[in-house]
Amino acid sequence: MTTEPLLRVENLTKYYGSRLGCADVSFELWPGEVLAIVGESGSGKTTLLNSLSATLEPSSGRTLYRMRNEQWRNIYELSEAERRFLVRTDWGFVHQNPADGLRMTVSAGANVGERLMAVGDRHYGHIRDTALDWLGRVEIAADRIDDQPRSFSGGMRQRLQIARNLVTGPRLVFMDEPTGGLDVSVQARLLDLLRGLVGELGLAAVVVTHDLAVARLLSHRMMVMKDGRVIEAGLTDRVLDDPREPYTQLLVSSILQV
Amino acid sequence: MTALSVRNLAKTFTMHLRDGVILPVVENVNFEVQPGECVVLGGPSGAGKSSILKMVYGNYGVDAGTIVMRHHGEAVDLATADPRTVLTLRRDSIGYVSQFLRTVPRVSALEVVAEPLVIRGVDREQAQARAKELLARLNLPERLWSLPPATFSGGEQQRVNIARGFITDHPVLLLDEPTASLDATNRAVVVAMIAEKKAAGVALLGIFHDEDVRVQVADRVVDVTAFAPKVAA
Amino acid sequence: MNATAQYNFAYLDEQTKRMIRRAILKAIAIPGYQVPFSSREMPMPYGWGTGGVQVTASIIGPDDVLKVIDQGADDTTNAVSIRAFFAKVAQVATTTHTGEATIIQTRHRIPERALGPGQTLVYQVPIPEPLRFLEPRETETRKMHALEEYGLMHVKLYEDIARHGRIATTYAYPVKVEGRYVMDPSPTPKFDNPKMHMSEALQLFGAGREHRIYAVPPHTEVVSLDFEDHPFAIQHFEEPCALCGAEQVYLDEVILDDAGGHMYVCSDTDNCETRRAAGHVGALGVREAAE
Repeated sequence: MTTEPLLRVENLTKYYGSRLGCADVSFELWPGEVLAIVGESGSGKTTLLNSLSATLEPSSGRTLYRMRNEQWRNIYELSEAERRFLVRTDWGFVHQNPADGLRMTVSAGANVGERLMAVGDRHYGHIRDTALDWLGRVEIAADRIDDQPRSFSGGMRQRLQIARNLVTGPRLVFMDEPTGGLDVSVQARLLDLLRGLVGELGLAAVVVTHDLAVARLLSHRMMVMKDGRVIEAGLTDRVLDDPREPYTQLLVSSILQV
Repeated sequence: MTALSVRNLAKTFTMHLRDGVILPVVENVNFEVQPGECVVLGGPSGAGKSSILKMVYGNYGVDAGTIVMRHHGEAVDLATADPRTVLTLRRDSIGYVSQFLRTVPRVSALEVVAEPLVIRGVDREQAQARAKELLARLNLPERLWSLPPATFSGGEQQRVNIARGFITDHPVLLLDEPTASLDATNRAVVVAMIAEKKAAGVALLGIFHDEDVRVQVADRVVDVTAFAPKVAA
Repeated sequence: MNATAQYNFAYLDEQTKRMIRRAILKAIAIPGYQVPFSSREMPMPYGWGTGGVQVTASIIGPDDVLKVIDQGADDTTNAVSIRAFFAKVAQVATTTHTGEATIIQTRHRIPERALGPGQTLVYQVPIPEPLRFLEPRETETRKMHALEEYGLMHVKLYEDIARHGRIATTYAYPVKVEGRYVMDPSPTPKFDNPKMHMSEALQLFGAGREHRIYAVPPHTEVVSLDFEDHPFAIQHFEEPCALCGAEQVYLDEVILDDAGGHMYVCSDTDNCETRRAAGHVGALGVREAAE
């Protein structure tokens, strides 16, 4: 068990002009830990995710990341080259719309292999074997390796996006509504797959979702956001089973029971 | 050495969606469980037995009081522990057989049962071998092992749940009506398994509505009605 | 000559030439790096080599001897027009002989005869950005060059192998210059790539429509990208040139009739003619001579 967190977020605040994106968010994320950020549209959860993943620069606050060399770095002070290297090796980002995270006009194999080639793998056979292995892990048939994701279903595209992100063995993965646009049965499969991979690989993950069932299944801890602020945080099952804040109680009671 | 010590525990629910009405659940909850002892929470439905169990597992927050147990050789207060500590407590020190199984799509019964061991780093094969022993002992038909329990009957799900709770050697084990939907044969199996846990020095805290089972397993009964909140003036 | 008197030497005004020379100097200083320049309208359409023409116009002097080739040939429309253009606007001597030229402007070939010190090869470039195939955003490709993020280039080669079992790219085959910048060698056949490596001549590339100039100075390392298990290889021709019998040269297929008759001849016309003048005869050359 590691004795140090992977990510340390301190008073993160983001304004868009005078409009508040998110305010004063602080937390730590440990290796192997999955944190869900829940809240309705406009609650600031996507702003927070984009700030955490250095896609957005916050107005104030810091996000410290423990690099592979054990050095703590404020991700907003990394050089462009360092940041981009981090993003394509030690981090992953799973977009809600797979087209945002995939190259739609190159084959599935190349989509998975790209990150390997980006870090200098120059052996076609090895790249292809690794891609095949990962396609298998995300339950995409081996004979689809040379097909473009354009010909894939939504669920397959999303699984491909996950494989593409995980192939370099990242330690931290950001996910923005990973099951967003999918049919319920497809969602279940994806969730189960993600849950398995996250556990197996010991990934730390930050998952933004408005779906509390997704949060319960995937996350250890959760933060509830409203109007840009974290209003309640804690162990996922405690927040869901014993919600304290009026808004959280409303969220929990709004889940449709089947 | 006490395995679990609950002191002055209090819990209320504030129902914000019902104009902030406050529902007192329990207060001044005090009891202890020793290693090798099975303490049963007694009292009628609605007295707060399940709530106490959930607080001890960290599933419900507490308003006041302490829940102290041994964890990695140290006394830890679960009532104030941070989420990460609660998670390691659950992984290593406290088990829970809930009333209902929360199923995960596509995960087989065998994997559900083996998971607590796998999380602790036990080799998957070894964990599954142990899971098979338990499921066999609880008479769950072998053809069900590889299926996700979502479609199982209540009694079948219950047995998966029990196997999952009993597979580890956690020093504290919480049992919420583990025998509720079991037939006599399987009830007897569970009673025997509880006896073995006691013999192994595990501290058990449970709720058993079934009088017959309760008599067989309980070393002591703690009457939860004693913790009923005084009605506010 | 009165009609041309109104034009400055080599058509472009001196300010423009100075601007382009600055871009060329910068390009030479950073081998393989695409230097933006303010491309001018030329009296010919884009796609006819306006980039190359501007580069040539900026470096040419009255003493230069100019050769222009298109697909290796000195006698195609494009080559003839550009040669005539400079003969008119700069009154320079022109030649078809590779060895005599000081400046060779080319479209799609590098002469077979090794270039020497003092010679300059000017390439006409349609699309200078090798990463464009997979990344449409210029802001992003510039960043990728700046940060040496060239994984994408191999994605393209990977796709080739996945689809064809080998690297099927046969022209505009990407190279890495001096271990730093990945460069598009313009649509020359990959057969010519090895000639760029450690060449004694200065190589300049002009893309008129895309406003880019880049360069490979003499004695510069130019390495074709590949995979360890799919190494770079040039095209191989089964038969020698039908006219001059040359081997290890790049050949064009020439259709002879409607019955499938064809022959392979040197793409480099000067090389072919020089060899024939020296007495080399290919398979079809013999028959012609016999008639």
